[in-house]
Amino acid sequence: MKFASNAAPHWLGAESVAVLMRQVLYALVPALIVLVWFFGAGIILNILVAAVVALGSEALVLRIRKRPVGLFISDYSALVTAVLLAMSLPPLTPWWITATGTVFAIVFAKHLYGGLGYNVFNPAMVGYAVLLVSFPEDMAAWPLPRNITPDQQTLSLFTVLQYWATGSVPADVTVDALSAATPLNSVKGQLGMMRTMPEIVGDPLFGNLAGHGWEWINAATALGGGWLLYRRIIRWQIPTAMLAGLLAPALVFYIVDPATHPSPAFHLLSGGTMLGIFFIATDPVSAAASNRGRLIYGLGIGIITYVIRNWGAYPDGIAFAVLLMNLAVPVIDRYTRPRIYGHGA
Amino acid sequence: MTNGRTSNQALPLPAWGIRLESRKVDSETGAIKKMPPPGELIVALKQNIGVPAETIVQPGERVLKGQPIAIASRWGLSVAVHAPTSGAVMAIEERPIPVAGGGTGESVIIEPDGKEERYAGYVAQMNSKRLPPPQIRNEIMEAGIVGMGGALFPTATKLNPGSGIQALILNGVECEPYISADNALLTERSDQVLRGAAIMLAALDCDECLVAVKADMAEAQAAVQAAIDALGDDRISLVVVPAFYPAGGERQLIELITGKEVQAGGLPWDVGVVCQNVGTAAAVAKFFDEGEPLISRIVTVTGDGVGTAANIEVMIGTPIVDLVEFAGGYTDDAAGLVMGGPMMGFSLPHDQLPVTKATNCILVAGQAELDPSVREMPCIRCGECARVCPAALMPQQLLALARGPDYEALESQGLQDCIQCGCCDYVCPSYIPLTSRFIEAKQGLWENHLVSQRSALALRRFDARGERLERRESDRSDELQRQVDEIGPAGEIDADALRQLKQRVKSKKPGDKT
Repeated sequence: MKFASNAAPHWLGAESVAVLMRQVLYALVPALIVLVWFFGAGIILNILVAAVVALGSEALVLRIRKRPVGLFISDYSALVTAVLLAMSLPPLTPWWITATGTVFAIVFAKHLYGGLGYNVFNPAMVGYAVLLVSFPEDMAAWPLPRNITPDQQTLSLFTVLQYWATGSVPADVTVDALSAATPLNSVKGQLGMMRTMPEIVGDPLFGNLAGHGWEWINAATALGGGWLLYRRIIRWQIPTAMLAGLLAPALVFYIVDPATHPSPAFHLLSGGTMLGIFFIATDPVSAAASNRGRLIYGLGIGIITYVIRNWGAYPDGIAFAVLLMNLAVPVIDRYTRPRIYGHGA
Repeated sequence: MTNGRTSNQALPLPAWGIRLESRKVDSETGAIKKMPPPGELIVALKQNIGVPAETIVQPGERVLKGQPIAIASRWGLSVAVHAPTSGAVMAIEERPIPVAGGGTGESVIIEPDGKEERYAGYVAQMNSKRLPPPQIRNEIMEAGIVGMGGALFPTATKLNPGSGIQALILNGVECEPYISADNALLTERSDQVLRGAAIMLAALDCDECLVAVKADMAEAQAAVQAAIDALGDDRISLVVVPAFYPAGGERQLIELITGKEVQAGGLPWDVGVVCQNVGTAAAVAKFFDEGEPLISRIVTVTGDGVGTAANIEVMIGTPIVDLVEFAGGYTDDAAGLVMGGPMMGFSLPHDQLPVTKATNCILVAGQAELDPSVREMPCIRCGECARVCPAALMPQQLLALARGPDYEALESQGLQDCIQCGCCDYVCPSYIPLTSRFIEAKQGLWENHLVSQRSALALRRFDARGERLERRESDRSDELQRQVDEIGPAGEIDADALRQLKQRVKSKKPGDKT
């Protein structure tokens, strides 16, 4: 009897890239629900725009590059990039801004570097950084979260759609409804005006530990991240190190001078901290390779995030921190290679 | 050296490796079955690492069970091969043999006569443990015994490490799924294994033996412990190894048990350890106890593609088709044939291949039992491969280097330390056939070495020619000088001639006519 020959091993035990990417998408659902609760349905529009543009531009580039379109489109990686970018954008973002960021993420950051697996920089963060420097006002335009003030104006779905499609709204919509300061922004601005932290956080914009709403958004993001850890889709090294890199300086400065430095808890639950820790920094393609390298990589992102938040021009620093550490990956990889069995001690 | 962990307590979990479904139930149940001689035996002459044995029989000759049909070659590592049963030598010819990648080997074809008439040249030796070590080794070599875990390294050579061996590790770990030949051996014949161990200890002049059994092989553990208790030999103890793959790899097992690493290019001897398979120990005991050389072995025949999975004691040289027939034949589901386990075993293209001393398992896989090769995706650098690699390599980086290929970097990043266990393939979400790539890269590295050796040789030749020419040149000038020296100092000749010339010139006044 004759048999087909196959190379060993004959067993494969891993779930596919597509399955892993899908799990990442599922893990973002809690954060998405809380985001929508506090900031309205605009975020869904962001996701739709980003998803359509991401898949479209991915398919286009794959065709130009003569790669199997179906195979790569179905790996869900473009969708993950799109959703991560969309969830980082303000909920009221005109569609062309989202589209621009997505095109940069997929075409420039991903495919010009060789596509899946070859990108040096985190595509979503490249898209985000491009938007941050190109559309600074729009990128800072976060509306007030739900339930801050009793007389707060809530935007009708029609108004949201109008803004999404045209970038302008009827004259009767207040500025606050469109763009208020985010807690990180508020802290940065008011500390600059010589106010102290206790004064700043007395504002209704703040909750118990960090910004109103943002605490819950970050908590829900962490929940999804925890699930990824539990499913072993991400490993503990990068999240833990990034957490340490952010919290250690935050704690030191908070102890030294609590009047002018937000608490570690505030840093933990503000802005994109949890998204960065569990979903952005853990992108394996652009991260360091070895476990030791990943500790350094995560630590670097945490520290740079703190530095930018505290002394930089931008209220949040995760995108730039990630991109800077992406740059450092080859060096980190070179010096953190584990000792091979049977070589030395 | 074992930090007191000599009792049967489980070792800590390794930092590498994977947990695999064991799938051993089928062939574990039931006693080891003994297969009668088949219609034809194909006894390969190369059944060891090194060079093939040399035949000492002729076609047409009658041979007896256990009779040497080929003796160890003088041209390198080699061990004898024996007739597995009595019968007639039909031919000595090239036949396909089961090796990775396929191939043929010179084989003695024997037609058994069914009489099982024994060769009288070997007799049982009751005082085996008191024999001098060199004699034990000679006899083991004579008995054709090689590493039966699949490595086929001549056992006698491995038992000759010089002094300083602190422990003999008997490897009964069998960490690959499906394979349960060692498990069955330990469960049924632990006493034989331990007798072999005692002989090996005598050959090594060592007084600690650790029998390593996997954590999920409770029956085998109990049997080993019972045999140790019955024997009352306190030099031998049981070690329970975590049910991890590849805990049964020689270096991995040594690391797990002793905490020591065998350096690259080194041998277990360097850390005071000798590692032998339990089946090898049983073969040693069988030779000294019964005078029977290595002519049979236990093979696990299993998988959904075979009628009744079983551990079968079978003569070396038995065609796999007959072995499968004995195990109940193929089922309709039979789709793949693998020698060894699903991780490191290799595909056999057909079943007209003989059992060798390395055949621990014949896996007749059903449609759903083996994973088909899947379309690979690019590496996403998830790092799972590095997490499981028992050699602490970074397969994701090696893969990138192999694409070049950058042989220098591949070598410095440990390509040669890859043990081809397949763990990285197993955990890869992109389904990249890493192990195959590394095997190719090793081949390339080897060829590259040859090329650079050849070019180094060419360079040496070129340099030598240059030197030769230079030497010839300098020889010639030396010769000239020598001739000049012989004639006399050149300066003096010139000076004399000059003086004479000057006198002649002086003696002539201007105006004088000559």
